Amino acid sequence: MVRCEVFMSLFAIQILNGLQLGLLMFMVAAGLTLVFGVMDFINLAHGVQYMIGAYLAAVMIALTGHYVVGLVLALIGVLLIGLLLEHVVFRPLYQRSHLDQVLATFGLILFLNQGVKMVFGASPLSVPIPSWFEGAVLLGDGILYPLYRFVIIAAGLIMALLLWLGVEKTRIGMQVRAGASHPDMLSALGVDVRRLFMLIFALGSVLAGFAGALAAPILSVEPGMGDQILILAFVVIVIGGIGSIRGAFAGALLVGLIDTLARSYMVDVLRLFTGAAAARGIANGLSSMFIYILMAIVLFLRPQGLFPARGRS
Amino acid sequence: MIPSAGAAQAHPMQGPAIFLGSVLALIPLASVLTGQSHWVPLCTQIMIFALAALSLDLVLGIGGLVSFGHAALIGIGAYTTGILIKEGWGDTLLCLPLSMLVCACFAYVTGLVALKTRGVTFIMITLAFGQMIYFAAQSLYRYGGDDGLTLPKRATVLGQAFLNNKIVFYYLTLICLLLCLFAVMRIVQSRFGRVLLGARDNEIRMTALGYDVFRVRLKAYTISGMMAGLSGFLLANQTEFVSPAFASWQRSGDLIFMVILGGVGSLWGAVAGAFAFMLLEEGLSGLTENWKVIFGPLIIVFVLFSQGGLSRLLVLLHKDRGQGHG
Repeated sequence: MVRCEVFMSLFAIQILNGLQLGLLMFMVAAGLTLVFGVMDFINLAHGVQYMIGAYLAAVMIALTGHYVVGLVLALIGVLLIGLLLEHVVFRPLYQRSHLDQVLATFGLILFLNQGVKMVFGASPLSVPIPSWFEGAVLLGDGILYPLYRFVIIAAGLIMALLLWLGVEKTRIGMQVRAGASHPDMLSALGVDVRRLFMLIFALGSVLAGFAGALAAPILSVEPGMGDQILILAFVVIVIGGIGSIRGAFAGALLVGLIDTLARSYMVDVLRLFTGAAAARGIANGLSSMFIYILMAIVLFLRPQGLFPARGRS
Repeated sequence: MIPSAGAAQAHPMQGPAIFLGSVLALIPLASVLTGQSHWVPLCTQIMIFALAALSLDLVLGIGGLVSFGHAALIGIGAYTTGILIKEGWGDTLLCLPLSMLVCACFAYVTGLVALKTRGVTFIMITLAFGQMIYFAAQSLYRYGGDDGLTLPKRATVLGQAFLNNKIVFYYLTLICLLLCLFAVMRIVQSRFGRVLLGARDNEIRMTALGYDVFRVRLKAYTISGMMAGLSGFLLANQTEFVSPAFASWQRSGDLIFMVILGGVGSLWGAVAGAFAFMLLEEGLSGLTENWKVIFGPLIIVFVLFSQGGLSRLLVLLHKDRGQGHG
């Protein structure tokens, strides 16, 4: 009986961890899916915004000594950098082939990752957890879960709700949805598509930066931290359906949960067959494969994704 | 999607390829004469990546399929060789065919799935397969896992350690590269290659003409995988080390850049692109440890302002010269 309860509460923790990872990914993927869906632009450098958000948060919080002020300043910084990149690098690429876009934004990743390494050094920065969110919540049976992780989950859910309201209920949101399914028609109807692009791009940058800033206290802030989440975000939007916010949300939660659960239970399963050290070594790589297998299956069976944007085939 | 490369039509390329081969054949001599002993291993490594870029160009340039997981094939080839050597089965006569065979099988099976998709979906699904191999390599706990595997020695040839000699290995690599280059050129000139090119430019028309575009692409994809496996075999032997990083998506990005740098679909351009890329990397990293800060913007500028890569540039120069004479 007791074993069973422990198992259940550990399971609950893994579910929460999966949710938290999923919501962080959602914030990165939401911008990516809109940029991809509406502008038909593959932006590999989107993960860099996440990294920049984390770094700026680290620096601004240390400078101002205040979490909220630091966070706001960091978000403004991310926005400005995003707009600058859009203006200088991305705008000439909108009309280019996907291959050109992949390559140019790949170059941008090299530049910004190395630039961050030059400025801040290769070793990870640490960001303190804001004082009001220290401590933990009791999850029955003496198992504690850090409060800050709940804050991340809550922030992610609020963001998802706001985004959903914005996209579904406002006029601009209507234009965004129209852009995702019929961009030419939208432009023919007199909507300033260039302004819309810039808006979507700015929104995406800020969301990714916000995710990075939120994750900064619990992950190591280091150069290249955006690359891994970028590839995950691509998995998410491909599974969910390109251009679809609902799809990004569902995909992110799915990927977050599968990845987390695979990571935590794979070791136990493998331990049945091999030694503990070997099991850990094997599980790490093997569990990361799951989501890519899922992605390949979804792409093969439903190339449009699980929740495609309406009107887009 | 792919800028149509006029240079893709085969015959004008044979000249540059022969020229390239003769220059490369003289590098060891030049390195002995000038005392620059690091030229030989450097050029060996570049030729290995040139071979990989060439195999990618068959898919990307001739086939019009943007594969974003090509490094995985190099990784598979390298790991097949590495594992065989580590387990004491390290003879070239076994390692080489087996590496190519395993890669061909992987390309065939993933091609069956991936080639059903188009455009962006193809980019993403090849990326997914590439990542699977990357993480599979990480989970090879017995063979170094995350840290990679240092090989005890290079592959032998009938029990003899011929490949330990730098010069022998250099010429082996050169021969492999030239053989593949001529093979791909022959493919492009063949009926099969014409169908592949035709499908790149107008898939519907080729289908209407009665060709099974899917089969043709699958064949090309498998041949390309086999060649990438060959480059994996060479890479594992040259570095005497294999690591998951061989199969990382960044490496796939590098390969795409090499192909584009040389000019998509111009075969020897892929070789030239690999040389330009690796020499640039070598030169810049000698200049400063933060060479990527320079390299990244160079990529961006190249993409924004060039059309057709180095080979296109040479063709244009050639044309200008021709007009000058006339």
